[in-house]
Amino acid sequence: MMNEQWRAVCRLDDIEPETGVGVRLPDHRQAALFRTRDDRLFALDNHDPFSHANVLARGLLGSLQGRRVVASPIYKQHFCLDTGQCLEDEGVRLSVYPVRVSQGQVELLVEPSP
Amino acid sequence: MNEQKVLLIGHGMVGQRFLEALTARDTGRRYRITVLGEEPRPAYDRVGLTRYFADRDAAALSLLPDGFLEEHGIELKLGTRAEHIDRQARTVRTDSGETLHYDKLVLATGSYPFVPPIDGNDRDHCFVYRTIEDLDAIIAGGEGARVGAVVGGGLLGLEAAKALHDLGLETHVVEFAPRLMAVQVDDAGGGLLRDKIQDLGVTVHTGTGTRAIVDGQDHRHRMDFGDDRHLETDLIVFSAGIRPQDTLARECGLSLGERGGVMIDDHCLTSDPDIYAIGEVALWDNRVFGLVAPGYQMAEAAAAHLDGDREAAFRGADMSTKLKLMGVDVASIGDAHGATPGARSTVFMDQAAGVYKKAVVSECGKKLLGAVLVGDAADYGTLLQLCLNDMDLPGDAAALVAPAAGEAPALGADALPDTAQICSCNNVSKGDLCAAIDAGCHSVGELKAETRASATCGGCAALVKQVLDTELEKRGVAVNNHVCEHFAHSRQELYHLVRVDGIRTFEELLARHGSGHGCDVCKPTVASILASCWNEHVLDPALAGLQDTNDYFMANMQRDGTYSVVPRVPGGEITPDKLIVIGEVARKYDLYTKITGGQRVDLFGARVDQLPAIWRELIDAGFESGHAYGKAMRTVKSCVGSTWCRYGVQDSVAMSIRLEERYRGLRGPHKIKMAVSGCTRECAEAQSKDVGVIATEKGWNLYVCGNGGMRPRHAELFAADLDDDQLIRAIDRFLMFYIRTADRLQRTAAWRENLEGGLDYLKAVILEDSLGLGEELDAQMAHIVETYQCEWRATLADPEKLKRFRHFVNDEGDDDLVYVREREQRRPAYPHERIPVLEDA
Repeated sequence: MMNEQWRAVCRLDDIEPETGVGVRLPDHRQAALFRTRDDRLFALDNHDPFSHANVLARGLLGSLQGRRVVASPIYKQHFCLDTGQCLEDEGVRLSVYPVRVSQGQVELLVEPSP
Repeated sequence: MNEQKVLLIGHGMVGQRFLEALTARDTGRRYRITVLGEEPRPAYDRVGLTRYFADRDAAALSLLPDGFLEEHGIELKLGTRAEHIDRQARTVRTDSGETLHYDKLVLATGSYPFVPPIDGNDRDHCFVYRTIEDLDAIIAGGEGARVGAVVGGGLLGLEAAKALHDLGLETHVVEFAPRLMAVQVDDAGGGLLRDKIQDLGVTVHTGTGTRAIVDGQDHRHRMDFGDDRHLETDLIVFSAGIRPQDTLARECGLSLGERGGVMIDDHCLTSDPDIYAIGEVALWDNRVFGLVAPGYQMAEAAAAHLDGDREAAFRGADMSTKLKLMGVDVASIGDAHGATPGARSTVFMDQAAGVYKKAVVSECGKKLLGAVLVGDAADYGTLLQLCLNDMDLPGDAAALVAPAAGEAPALGADALPDTAQICSCNNVSKGDLCAAIDAGCHSVGELKAETRASATCGGCAALVKQVLDTELEKRGVAVNNHVCEHFAHSRQELYHLVRVDGIRTFEELLARHGSGHGCDVCKPTVASILASCWNEHVLDPALAGLQDTNDYFMANMQRDGTYSVVPRVPGGEITPDKLIVIGEVARKYDLYTKITGGQRVDLFGARVDQLPAIWRELIDAGFESGHAYGKAMRTVKSCVGSTWCRYGVQDSVAMSIRLEERYRGLRGPHKIKMAVSGCTRECAEAQSKDVGVIATEKGWNLYVCGNGGMRPRHAELFAADLDDDQLIRAIDRFLMFYIRTADRLQRTAAWRENLEGGLDYLKAVILEDSLGLGEELDAQMAHIVETYQCEWRATLADPEKLKRFRHFVNDEGDDDLVYVREREQRRPAYPHERIPVLEDA
């Protein structure tokens, strides 16, 4: 039944390597979907908990001490792409969405809203 | 609470230092401090007073840090004079009729200028030279005047003479003694100084006393010197020494010296154990100290003693000085006149070069007792250290002053003992510097902030740097200026690697010189370096992923994630039609509109998906990108200049447009701001910019490395009276040299302050091409100018680039933005305003 929650959001070609795009999800939710230069895909909340703006898709990608991260474009906090954990604030962790590519389409696994 | 009431009378340099010393000790708020200041403004840098003539900026001289009074609960009553001290009741009455109680009283009333008792000394247009108000009066008196005279040829007198000279007056110095600076230099040195000052166009009359001042025939005054000699002048400045401002102390019966000054002991206590005196009002060992460094030492000693440190003491001070008088270096160290029994002098004089040096050596020939330097004071630091630390001379005494065949025997910072006083203004020893270095200060700036070394007159700055370098080297500290964990190189090194290897992508640089995936620090840094070198479009596929969001969307991100748009308005000149287009675009997209400090219009609240349409309309109307989003050349602000202004001497608008169109799109280590003023009134505020240009009768004066913002810095005069082409060539080279050598996010002001060799070095490189880089820098700038393109125009013509401008990859718009209307425009809602809105929805 899990398969039913995978939703296609765009084609892989729609994302330039080493950048991110915003994704609209149901119930006013937004995800930030990233494609790295080595063609790995990550998806986190797009909502930046520090500025309350939906901007993380526009952050710069990189690595810090071995962790793949995105930096908020507003106040520059870093979030781990694998776990959503904020590196500067232990108490802040973003939701992470599993991502896969199926027939050229990028799909996110989205849990229904509580 | 056992709170003690401390009353300080006088808020000058020494008074402020006392406040800082006492509050630094007073962590428990044991003192309730009140300050009476007679002048209308808080403490300012009287040593740097002449700067006021150049910039007329009283705030720049202020010594009172923002928030200092509030932080320490100090009450400062300005424009308030203390009229009477009642020692029995321990109260002070002010001229506003208030009576203030004290437990401890500190007199820091300073001194007043001595005006010789000459008939006519109280005529109009007779001035003294001590306060900002005095300077304002002199400036006002200079209007319509042609000739000015200064009575007094000492240190302050020559500073006053410089000021009159700069006001454009034919200037005379009238000195009673047979030579200038009689206290600090000897006859031969004074003679040379006189020659040099006369060469600058100031007439010096030594051995000349003024008998009376009467009405002149051709000018306001006539100064009669006796023997039928006289001088006609329009204004007179008395600068014939100072007298302690000791009236209050005299009237309440404190012990004074025969010739004035409040007698103090080693703790700066007066004859009343509840009253201290510090600074120029104080008389210690029958001496008044007319320099700021001893005053600071008294302030520290008094604060420490008041706070219970019974050991704290003032034990006299070194009166050595080094200064630049009208462009002439003059220094005096220790026993300059050879008054010590058995002292012998070695003198070097080169009249052609205008250099005089004298070393006074002890009878045994091994110790330096004093020195006089005129025309070249480069050895001041070395000689002062030899003298103060009683060190054995490194060689023959003659080698100290003569330009030997090789290098003069330099005194390495390493050779100095820990007790060596490096900064006499703030009493900082080499040991203090070492302790601060151990505590983690690894730059001159940090050392200065921590210890205050070189923070007052700056005379020891080179020595501080030397101590820092040798101590860091000793500790094996390699100062790490690596950009980030991905590159073990500084920005300057990366720039060099990009240039030399012809690298055009981040991947290539990372593969050859770095490691990992990069990050939000090194990516924009490298993007900026690549742009400075090759000037390719920021959204080219290989570069887009490196850009910070502002460069990526070519707009400035605001707090709600939308952007602001700034079209270029070169020189701030805009036609009504174009202004209307901006207004219509703003109205159509409901953009919040604000005028910027750089003379353009900022349009806020555009979503990423709206940016291309907005720019299509702006570009169709003839606008282009303003690069407000980039670490790039922003604007060239201008005043209206000779096109309209009745004072303008050059066409500042035309020049600013020429500069803005030349350097538009140039990316650098940080943003770059410029301005052009059409006359010396400086309405464009060019002296607060990275590059400032001020028109003169003959051409343009170029100022560099100014800054507004958090740490304002006045730009420095770099070159004078340039013609148009000389100006542009100098700016070309200056900018490319900055781009080549600065650190990441380092504005020109910070770059300049960290530049070894300072302004002189920069002038040598840029104006004299001392490194032979000139043609290379010219060619690099020419490439940038030739390859300029409007980034927005190029983007609108490229469907691939336009695809990026959407908030959602799978939908349109962004429905999560909430706005509030305020003063007829919209702004993003604050979090507390959003909640009810969302609940309603």
